[in-house]
Amino acid sequence: MALNSSRRAAAVLTGIVAVSLSAAACGGGSSSDTASGGADSKDTTDYTKWCDLKSELTGKTVTIYTSIVTPEDAPHKASYKEFEDCTGITVKYEGDKDFEKNLPQRAQSGNLPDVAFIPQPGLLQTMVDTGKAIPASQSVSDEVDKYFGADWRKYGSVDDVLYAAPLGANVKSYVWYSPKKFAEKGYKVPTTWDELMTLSKKIATDDPAAKPWCAGFGSGTATGWVGTDWVEDVLLRTAGKDTYDQWVSHKIPFNDPKVLEALGKVGAILKDPAMVNGGFGDVASIATTTFQDGGQPILQGKCYLHRQASFYASNWPEGTKVAEDGDVWAFYLPAVDASAKPVLGGGEFVATFRDAPEVKAFAAFLASPDWANAKAKATTNGGWVSANKELDPANLVSPIDQQSAKILQDPAAVFRFDGSDMMPSAVGAGTFWSEMTNWVKGQDDKTTLDNIEKSWPTS
Amino acid sequence: MHVTTLAAATATGGNLGKIGTLLLGIAVFAAVFIGILLIASLFKGHLGEKIQAVAFVGPTVVLIAVGLIYPAILTIRRAFYSGKFFDLNFGTPRTRGKYVGFENFQALWTTPGLPAVFRNTLFWVILVPLLATGLGLLYAILIDRAKGEAVAKALIFLPMAISMVGATLIWKFVYYFVGDPTGSQVGLINAFLTTIGMKPIDFLGNAPGNTFAMIVIMVWIQAGFAMTVLSAAIKAIPDEIIEAANMDGVKGLQMFRFITLPSIRSSVIVVLTTIAIATLKAFDIVQASSGGKLGDSVLANEFYNRSFVTQQPGLGAAIAIVIFLLVSPIIVFNVIQMRKDA
Repeated sequence: MALNSSRRAAAVLTGIVAVSLSAAACGGGSSSDTASGGADSKDTTDYTKWCDLKSELTGKTVTIYTSIVTPEDAPHKASYKEFEDCTGITVKYEGDKDFEKNLPQRAQSGNLPDVAFIPQPGLLQTMVDTGKAIPASQSVSDEVDKYFGADWRKYGSVDDVLYAAPLGANVKSYVWYSPKKFAEKGYKVPTTWDELMTLSKKIATDDPAAKPWCAGFGSGTATGWVGTDWVEDVLLRTAGKDTYDQWVSHKIPFNDPKVLEALGKVGAILKDPAMVNGGFGDVASIATTTFQDGGQPILQGKCYLHRQASFYASNWPEGTKVAEDGDVWAFYLPAVDASAKPVLGGGEFVATFRDAPEVKAFAAFLASPDWANAKAKATTNGGWVSANKELDPANLVSPIDQQSAKILQDPAAVFRFDGSDMMPSAVGAGTFWSEMTNWVKGQDDKTTLDNIEKSWPTS
Repeated sequence: MHVTTLAAATATGGNLGKIGTLLLGIAVFAAVFIGILLIASLFKGHLGEKIQAVAFVGPTVVLIAVGLIYPAILTIRRAFYSGKFFDLNFGTPRTRGKYVGFENFQALWTTPGLPAVFRNTLFWVILVPLLATGLGLLYAILIDRAKGEAVAKALIFLPMAISMVGATLIWKFVYYFVGDPTGSQVGLINAFLTTIGMKPIDFLGNAPGNTFAMIVIMVWIQAGFAMTVLSAAIKAIPDEIIEAANMDGVKGLQMFRFITLPSIRSSVIVVLTTIAIATLKAFDIVQASSGGKLGDSVLANEFYNRSFVTQQPGLGAAIAIVIFLLVSPIIVFNVIQMRKDA
């Protein structure tokens, strides 16, 4: 009996060891690199003339994997129609809310799609690191130079090799407000940072029942990202684009005095009980308020200003008129003075993982103005914009998208990509989010930045 | 093994060819097993018995070795390497894992936020088993042989039938907090508190209080399990013992202390340890509540987070090992108790 139970004990023990540990090791399985020298062999085919390649492409299939799910996926699928008809290619679309987590796993288990829409340059870097991403074809490269420009090319490149052309874009440097309320109170849209602060203080004294600002950092496992956008937007304004670039690439430490100064400026709004959190309560309520709810008190007159990206347009309840003369509208988050026009934004990139003519033709199509305009027309509800210079703003349905397109195409605007999307995941999807959440819950500026700096991966 | 194949096949979307392959695989798998057993049955006598034993146990050992032990060894090895991917040899030379010694374990203490994770996990592992078992035991004794016992049991057992995510969503409504001082509280508890003139509380928003609020959810789920097992154990106490005790004049608390508890001791230990292990592995509640972003993360959630979200598989593996090290004493204790009773 004793022998029996000790054996049983051993078996139980082994079982537990294995169960508690094996989950960590799943998704292994090394596979040799199958990409056959797409970069080296000179492929001179002009994939921008996809219709001419019909005989070669017809009957082929291209699979897409993306984080864009219902309902935003419908206009995407509709925008491929013209291409599918013209080439005979079938495009298979797969949307997944957990895309960012699953894509690297799919690379490791050898189950990659042909095309993935990657929303962060940091994730693109990871995918290039898998050795499975295929450098962009000459056609796509030429298109990016022609229609997007050097900045966007850089975000789609790793080690100066272009892998992915930009797809959609968004403008984050927006402050949402109610034009009606502004007209009623006689407020003017501020054009400098000082004007913005003066206006905020004026609102605080004018209307004690409300607060000038409202914000929400909550976003499930991504809680805190709204805070990172704030810091980035302000740093881009106070320290300039060069410092911003150095900070993102960690050439200056994360807790550089300039960043501390920017965080202080953010704190002057988000941590001042007189400034926030209209409609939700005290400063700490920012951490638990979801970003979707964040700006809603504007509609009830409990809050006047809400800094959030262009895509927030889709969060207003049905029937809300989003227009310069409507219920809500967004103004450009002012720079320190009117001489500069820095713009913080984001976007997706089209990475490819199969070296085949149909995939290259599809990538070339997505980088073209044909697609950008087709997508604009297909997006009947608005909430989409591209940085493609040939995108005709008139094709965009909603006024806010038109304004975003104009900002993106403005030659005077200095566009910078959302920094947390470019940092290593341990920071950009880890401590930067969590420490900003701690910060708004009371942690001081210096500790916050020091903690993030400490967590920056050494390798 | 074939369960994963099935999941993979259905995940890629009803591909008939893949299902065909799968069915074929299962058929071959079954044929091989039946074959082995048939061949083993041909052997007779003392040697035959040994061969049969191997034929029965062999495949299980092989499958456990391939499916559990081997990955476990890989995980332990992984904890000593850097790199972005689970597979050390995967990817480009720049990102391949390098040997870093105990750096990943050191990071457990130096990474901002992680020490609090250990503190929270400690609260969970101590409080959940004690509270769930205690309440379950109390309830089991109170309703034992009472009128409407079945209904009373069902009421407590029902939460077990709800998934942890579902339970968390229900409790999020119970705990719901409206920060706006002019707004009305719609969460059950806060609505009650404000009605009787107290200030509303942000249960899930502030550490370390939010950990305790979530522990309540887990206790709510697990108490039913404890109650069911312990109630069955109480019913299994022989009537003669109870009668004898009654004759000796044992009453109330004494009966519980000297008769009931010693009789169901082994069941109590099983319940305690089972719940403790379930608690160490539970990340659903934290994940569904705040994602562990409000200073309320636990080890299992952090393991997931580091492994899949922040791409630190080395650190993730180190956390997995810590979870294992914490679970093992509970198992060892359980096994020792099982041996005592055997």
